[in-house]
Amino acid sequence: MDSYQEIIFKLKKYWSDRGCIIQEPYDLEVGAGTMCPETFLRVLGPNPYRVAYVQPSRRPADGRYGENPNRLYKHMQLQVVLKPSPNDVIEQYLGSLDAIGIDLKKHDIKFEEDNWESPTLGAWGVGWQVMLDGLEITQFTYFQQCGGIDLDLVPAELTYGLERLTAFLQVKDSVYDIEWAPGVSYRDVRFNDELQFSVYNFEMADVETLWKLFDLHEGEAARLLKLYDPKSLDKNRFPLLPTYEHVLHCSHLFNTLDARGAISVTERVAVIARVRKLAVGVAGAWMDQQHGSGVEAAEAAR
Amino acid sequence: MSLPFLLEIGTEEIPDWMIEGACQQLTRLFTEISMFHRIGPGGTSQAGVANTWTKATPRRLALYSAYVIARQGDTEELIMGPPKSAGPGAANGFARKLGVSIDQLSTEVTPKGEYLSFLKKIPGRATRDILSEALPELILKIQWPKTMYWTGKSGQRFIRPIRWIVALLDNQVVRFEVAGVKSGNVTSGHRILGAPEIPVASENYEQKLLENYVILSPQEREKRIRAGIGSASDEGLLKTLVNLTEFPSVISGTFESEFLKLPAEVLVTVMRHHQKYFAIYENGQLTNRFLAVTNTDGDPDGLIRRGNERVLRARFNDAKFFWETDQKKKLVDRVADLAHVTFQAKLGSYLEKTGRIERIVHDELGGDHAAVRAAHLSKADLTTELVKEFTDLQGVVGGLYAREQGEPEEVWTAIYDHYKPASMEDSIPRHPAGQLVSIADKLDTLRGCFGIGLIPTGSKDPFALRRSAQGIVKILVEGELRLPIRKLLHNDTKLEDFVLDRVRYYFKDIRGFKYDEVNAILASGWDDLVDVQDRLVAIQAVRPTENFEPLAASFKRIQNILKQAQFTGDGGSIDASLLEPGPETDLYQEFQNVRNRAADQPYRPALESIASLRPKVDLFFDKVLVNAPDAKIRQNRLTLLHTLLAEFSTIADFSEIVTNT
Repeated sequence: MDSYQEIIFKLKKYWSDRGCIIQEPYDLEVGAGTMCPETFLRVLGPNPYRVAYVQPSRRPADGRYGENPNRLYKHMQLQVVLKPSPNDVIEQYLGSLDAIGIDLKKHDIKFEEDNWESPTLGAWGVGWQVMLDGLEITQFTYFQQCGGIDLDLVPAELTYGLERLTAFLQVKDSVYDIEWAPGVSYRDVRFNDELQFSVYNFEMADVETLWKLFDLHEGEAARLLKLYDPKSLDKNRFPLLPTYEHVLHCSHLFNTLDARGAISVTERVAVIARVRKLAVGVAGAWMDQQHGSGVEAAEAAR
Repeated sequence: MSLPFLLEIGTEEIPDWMIEGACQQLTRLFTEISMFHRIGPGGTSQAGVANTWTKATPRRLALYSAYVIARQGDTEELIMGPPKSAGPGAANGFARKLGVSIDQLSTEVTPKGEYLSFLKKIPGRATRDILSEALPELILKIQWPKTMYWTGKSGQRFIRPIRWIVALLDNQVVRFEVAGVKSGNVTSGHRILGAPEIPVASENYEQKLLENYVILSPQEREKRIRAGIGSASDEGLLKTLVNLTEFPSVISGTFESEFLKLPAEVLVTVMRHHQKYFAIYENGQLTNRFLAVTNTDGDPDGLIRRGNERVLRARFNDAKFFWETDQKKKLVDRVADLAHVTFQAKLGSYLEKTGRIERIVHDELGGDHAAVRAAHLSKADLTTELVKEFTDLQGVVGGLYAREQGEPEEVWTAIYDHYKPASMEDSIPRHPAGQLVSIADKLDTLRGCFGIGLIPTGSKDPFALRRSAQGIVKILVEGELRLPIRKLLHNDTKLEDFVLDRVRYYFKDIRGFKYDEVNAILASGWDDLVDVQDRLVAIQAVRPTENFEPLAASFKRIQNILKQAQFTGDGGSIDASLLEPGPETDLYQEFQNVRNRAADQPYRPALESIASLRPKVDLFFDKVLVNAPDAKIRQNRLTLLHTLLAEFSTIADFSEIVTNT
């Protein structure tokens, strides 16, 4: 039986063998691997790219104080982006399951329609949730738009839920019982994380402070976006990546406020629109800076 | 000569609910091109339909036609030239332009004189060439609810990437290319169990697929699933699974009996909606067994069963956790929390909505204590974890918690049922309290949304106002609630029109009354929908009797006469002394008799009585001139007709009845 980390090694090796750069996790809090620049910005423009990375993904509202066997505040995704999507992308994906020891001839695999949309990123795609014996193990998406921009090359994004996949392989009913490394359980490694962040997110996070932080990050991102000049000769120096980090902070703060119950349904829509405006602005500016197109989007965002 | 034609569009997994529609379109599009290009079977189109089929799985749409002709028939075109009188120069020029010799020309006689002409023979093209051109367009013409591109920006669009195409005419490949995929004779089997590349011919296509674990026919897959599920029936789920698999097998699993302590509604929702399992009942009781449909050839090692059981256990554990956590705070204590749940930005929170529902139930609908209590608790479940997890169960969950918390049956069932009817096929709330809460909730939504201008247009109806209005209509009629609907709509004309549309739809499309009967009845008032129904039933029964339609025709005539005379009936009552003896007096007397008789009768005999006026009305129109020269007599006759019409229009406006006479 492979340990959690062994499964990760094998998947990384598998995708490395298929031309993927193996990136390390983005060192900022994100809700999903999609939000990392390695996906959000790399899918833009005409350059082919293949990348795979494990991304710890934080969803404050999903925290359960470490008590629920299947739900986590922070879970690990293996994010694979193949741009453009190869014709045999599904066969390659199935091969990755084989690589971690799933004998598909003995299991039931189904591709059930599940289209993906991120209102905060101005991004959407079509695809499936991949079901293995009734368990959703992967989200498979053909990106169509990102940051409000139609994509030149259509990437396939594969997002594996690593805890679930491991629990399936190790036949465990609780993710906390997963063997992370020989003799070390997932609980040993992660329990305090889950407990303490649940307490913070649901009980102790100061709403006023979070809003203040949100406003500060939003303000900084907006300030920078205004300064970006598509006509500038040294625009390649312009710090769009740091700008985007402020957008990511906004997104995570929004999620925390939401978990804290501080955002009403109506406010939600408005706050999402504020974050999207910034994300779309960065995407447009990035297209201009890196690929010399998309200025209109950048201008609109200013 | 006719040839077999086979087309298979191989794709990545198509969403299950789109497959049937795509098949229908494929048939239609192929029929269109075979008619347009005249390549269908030479005989009747019936024969063509009988020998053409479309079948599909999630990964392929296939079309087969047994008889496509090899070559279009030749056609002729008559090309007109110059007048014959123009002389040999013009004739030579005409022949030269066509590239023929002058003796191949003929002469056409027209009203303008004789003209030179040429009968050009156009040889039919080979069907193979026609198909090569037409098929790419045919494939891309299939309409999908949501399409994607995958070959790059401005690439061709389809529901999911096309990965292979089989196109065989007489077992020779019809060559073309769509989205970079070249047609061929190679199909692909089941993703896991079949060979990835399988050369096929028209006659062995289905057999080869079957050998590679693909059952092409949805009917066959359905049969296979039905055989496995026995009496567990759920048509919607069955259809989903038929179109989610290429080789379905049914496996059975169990879960721990202790979960049966959870409400069956929650367990079934998890099984059906989240896991696509069939729940199993025995003597009306939910059991701890379920059936899952796999896309495999069985489950010899039991691995799939165990996997599914584990997933279900985890899901049930979640539900159990929510069920227990939610119970720590009673529904009644959750009502205040609704202040934080927004109903609609301008219409406030669910707490405010709750207050309005309570007031409507109490003040306007005359609800009793139980109904008001149910209204008070109706939305409290929106704050529970279970509803946040299983939104489909809103209302139901509240009802279940209310029962657990000791609310009387009338109250908890009212909460449980108050989102009903979910559709026109769904039943209405079982008890009056539930019916009133349901009406009040929907009424509040309608009034509120119309009040702030959120009025549905075309297909846009984000707040499902049509369904709300339709629900109110259904509950009022089927719950036999004699409530003044127009008053409840606050006599808002836009809202009245909107609801009247739903009333019409309900009686016409759901209940099957004829449209003109519905129009006739509604024109005589619709404030009490139970009464509308009674009148409709009566008119439907009386309509086939001999006097009815002719009388309706006469009423229409009366209405036209009054309209032409611009007579609106403000001229007082009938002066009996001005009536002419004979048909006019007879009609007047008969009218009074009928009026007296009909006044105390139920609708049906009343309508029969009114219909019995017909001979007198006919005779009146035969013998009496309404437009009498004497103004006083004319006025009196118009008054007689007007009174007659007004008197008998309280049940129905007969002039709305469409008659053949």
